[in-house]
Amino acid sequence: MPEIITFYLFAALTVVASLLVIGQRNPMYSVMLLIVSFGGLSGLYIQLEAPFVAVAQIIIYAGAIMVLFLFVVMLLNAPKEDAADWDRTHPLRQPGVTRWGTVLAGLLIVQLTTALLAVREFNTPVGAQSDASTVNSVHDMGRSIFTRHTFAFEATSLLILVAMVGAVVLARREGDQ
Amino acid sequence: MIPLSHYLILSATLFAIGAAGVFLRKNLITILLSVEIMLNAVNLTFVAFSRFAGDLDGQIITFFVMTVAAAEAAVGLALVIALFRHRESLNPDAFTSLKW
Amino acid sequence: MLALIPLLPFAGFVVNATLGRRLPKSVSGGLASLVMLASFVISVMSVMQIAGRPVGERAIQELLYTWIASGDLKIDVAFRVDTLSAVMILVITGIGSLIHIYSTAYMHDESDGEFARYFSYLNLFASFMLVLVLGANFPLMFVGWEGVGLCSYLLIGFWFKKKSANDAGKKAFVVNRIGDYAFLLGMFALFAKFGTLDFQQIASAVSRLPPEATFGILSVTTLLLFIGATGKSAQIPLYVWLPDAMEGPTPVSALIHAATMVTAGVYMIGRNAVLFEHAPQTMLIVAVIGAATALMAGTIGLVQNDIKRVLAYSTVSQLGYMFLAMGVGAFGAGIFHLYTHAFFKALLFLGSGAVIHALHGEQDIRNMGGLRKELPITFWTFVIGAVAIAGIPPLAGFFSKDEILFETYVEGHQILWVVGMITAVLTATYMFRLVFLTFWGERRQEAPAAQDSHGHATAPSHGHGSSSHLHDAPPAMALALIVLAIGSVAAGWIGVPHALGGHNELHTWLEPAFSAPAAGAAAEGATAAAEGEAAAGSHETLERMLMGVSSLGAAAGIWFAYFVWVKRRSIAENAAREFAPIHRLLLNKYYVDEIYDAALVQPIKVASQEGLWRGFDVKIIDGAVNGAAAIVNSSATLLRRLQTGSVRTYAGSLFVGVVAILAYYLWL
Repeated sequence: MPEIITFYLFAALTVVASLLVIGQRNPMYSVMLLIVSFGGLSGLYIQLEAPFVAVAQIIIYAGAIMVLFLFVVMLLNAPKEDAADWDRTHPLRQPGVTRWGTVLAGLLIVQLTTALLAVREFNTPVGAQSDASTVNSVHDMGRSIFTRHTFAFEATSLLILVAMVGAVVLARREGDQ
Repeated sequence: MIPLSHYLILSATLFAIGAAGVFLRKNLITILLSVEIMLNAVNLTFVAFSRFAGDLDGQIITFFVMTVAAAEAAVGLALVIALFRHRESLNPDAFTSLKW
Repeated sequence: MLALIPLLPFAGFVVNATLGRRLPKSVSGGLASLVMLASFVISVMSVMQIAGRPVGERAIQELLYTWIASGDLKIDVAFRVDTLSAVMILVITGIGSLIHIYSTAYMHDESDGEFARYFSYLNLFASFMLVLVLGANFPLMFVGWEGVGLCSYLLIGFWFKKKSANDAGKKAFVVNRIGDYAFLLGMFALFAKFGTLDFQQIASAVSRLPPEATFGILSVTTLLLFIGATGKSAQIPLYVWLPDAMEGPTPVSALIHAATMVTAGVYMIGRNAVLFEHAPQTMLIVAVIGAATALMAGTIGLVQNDIKRVLAYSTVSQLGYMFLAMGVGAFGAGIFHLYTHAFFKALLFLGSGAVIHALHGEQDIRNMGGLRKELPITFWTFVIGAVAIAGIPPLAGFFSKDEILFETYVEGHQILWVVGMITAVLTATYMFRLVFLTFWGERRQEAPAAQDSHGHATAPSHGHGSSSHLHDAPPAMALALIVLAIGSVAAGWIGVPHALGGHNELHTWLEPAFSAPAAGAAAEGATAAAEGEAAAGSHETLERMLMGVSSLGAAAGIWFAYFVWVKRRSIAENAAREFAPIHRLLLNKYYVDEIYDAALVQPIKVASQEGLWRGFDVKIIDGAVNGAAAIVNSSATLLRRLQTGSVRTYAGSLFVGVVAILAYYLWL
């Protein structure tokens, strides 16, 4: 019973925060709300018995990526979208991408939901197959990453290097050494 | 005992919210944030399936997805900075020089 | 060895075509004549080789190699000398050599390059003509057939800087081509029916069939072949190119349009005598067209004023006689006339060439006269030729023409005989009109001042006025004239009929070539001889009577010409004025060219220009090509709207893709 409550609590938190993220005028607020959303997700991960992922979510996503976003927002002194820019009409009334994009998004939800509900095994409760031995620990994850998925790990490290160099190059002011 | 489908529906909803955000917002940074929402929705799916199958592979994938998301956010924001320097605007409709 | 006969002139062509420009005239002309003489020598040797054999075996066939072997079709490059082609090769190489020698003098005023070009074409022509007569099957003959057509075009248009020469060359080629098309269809039909195109095989296959009573496949095939012959041999309806072909140099007219190429049609029918004999309907058509052409051309020749045109129409008329002979079944007579005609017509043309050469390019007989004393050699040889063609015994033309007329009468075609008789009288008349106007009396200048329409390309090199001394034929030309004159007198003596006490050796010689091979040719020869003896007895008196009639007719024609054009010139002028419409009709050649132009040429031209060019080519083909480009253009214009430059649209298209794929997998 308590699981159901926590689930719906965290789920509601995540969804509401996400909706507000895309609804805010001020990008600063958007970033903050997204951090809240990540917090909710983290709770969901804990409920799914994935402690490492939950903690990684907080450290990496909320702690590093969002801070990066904040830096950029503050650096650019990103202006609030003016009232003139900010169109308060209903998205389905706006021309072009906005209208069709919303329609597509709705269509996407419908498709995904149909797909998911069609498969009956998904209705089995998640925890039904679990037992103590499958409590996932960092130890087991580490072993798996460094033995079975070593190649992916190394590749990812290369990817980060490239991203770093790329970011530096792209953001450099022209004319600088 | 929460069935898997609940998690999946939640994840689908989050994904759709992110997608809607990409189309509706006229601010580059907000668009990038919506992309992050989509990535997180996918992460949730992976972890849910991992729990459902009793396997660790889903979580490992999530680990890598997060890394890639970080790299992508970094490069994306660098691009935004570079673009902002050109046009002094964060409106994607201002960058249409590649128009036919 | 047979292959050398056409190959030697071909070698001459190659040398003159490649190196000719750098060779002096004596070398290029001498080489060309030399290869012709060599070819003549080898021809004589081949003929003597077969003459030494018994009657049934007088043929040599040499296979060089297999040209095409595809499915059922097998075409060999094989040359055959039998009694018929023996006559042909002797005529071609013999008279050809004489004309080559004549040309070295006639064309002397040309530049070195042009001189060599002329001789290269002439050698090439000889080579192709020899392939035509030596070929042992239809395709090889057709190669020669087309080749001589090509050389005719090249030589008619030799002075290509003149528009009229170019037009005449093109006209010859195109009209020939129409005939060739029919010839090809005939070949296809033959192959479809008999599965082979070899002359001997076709003859033996046909001989097993009965002659066709109705207009069946054999008649159609032979008719198609005959249409091809009308094109090459200038009969109705495809004769219109021959008079225009006089734009070419006179030796060309002598060789190609009198002695050799135009006889190709006659030869073709002779070669396929067995086939034609089995299609009596077509034979009748051949005879009628031959006779009609002879008469028509004779009437036109009566009023023409250009010396070469008179001779051209005379050629058409004499060819009509040959086809008349072939049509009534007297193949030997037709070939006999071909052979004698080669002598006196070549002589007449070369003689006219000597006249033109002496007068520095004048060709209108109204401007001639009085040349009898100034050009004696030319005059006497010309008169000999005229007497021969008129059919006065004992010159060559008498025997051959008479045999044709006799055979026509005996085979029951009395109407055609009458036509032939009238034409014979006309022949004598117009020929001697030509002689009298050209050589008799005093020099005149009656023709209206026309532009220089002659082909004699260079300015007078002698610097003489019209009243001073004229040059008779130079030695090279005189030699040819004299040899041909001797031939015109004596050539007929190998065909003296039994009625006059001769043995008609030529007829016996040619007989095996016109019968089916191995069908007891020896036996045929014997029985034919026996029959000939038996029949001759009863027909001899008839023959002598007919000979008397035709000789009288010829003499009457000559006397008439003398009376009108020497004694009382005014008769001719009054007649021309009183019968002006008829005179105009004849002068304008019955307006046949104009009729063809209006009925055929203009409609084709308009249809091609408006219909095919503007309609089809420009609108449809260009339209398709341009349309393809236009479609690409418009679709590209449409598609490039996808490139909005807006990131959000691109993201949108991504999502469209995702949604579409999901929809496909979920619901389809």
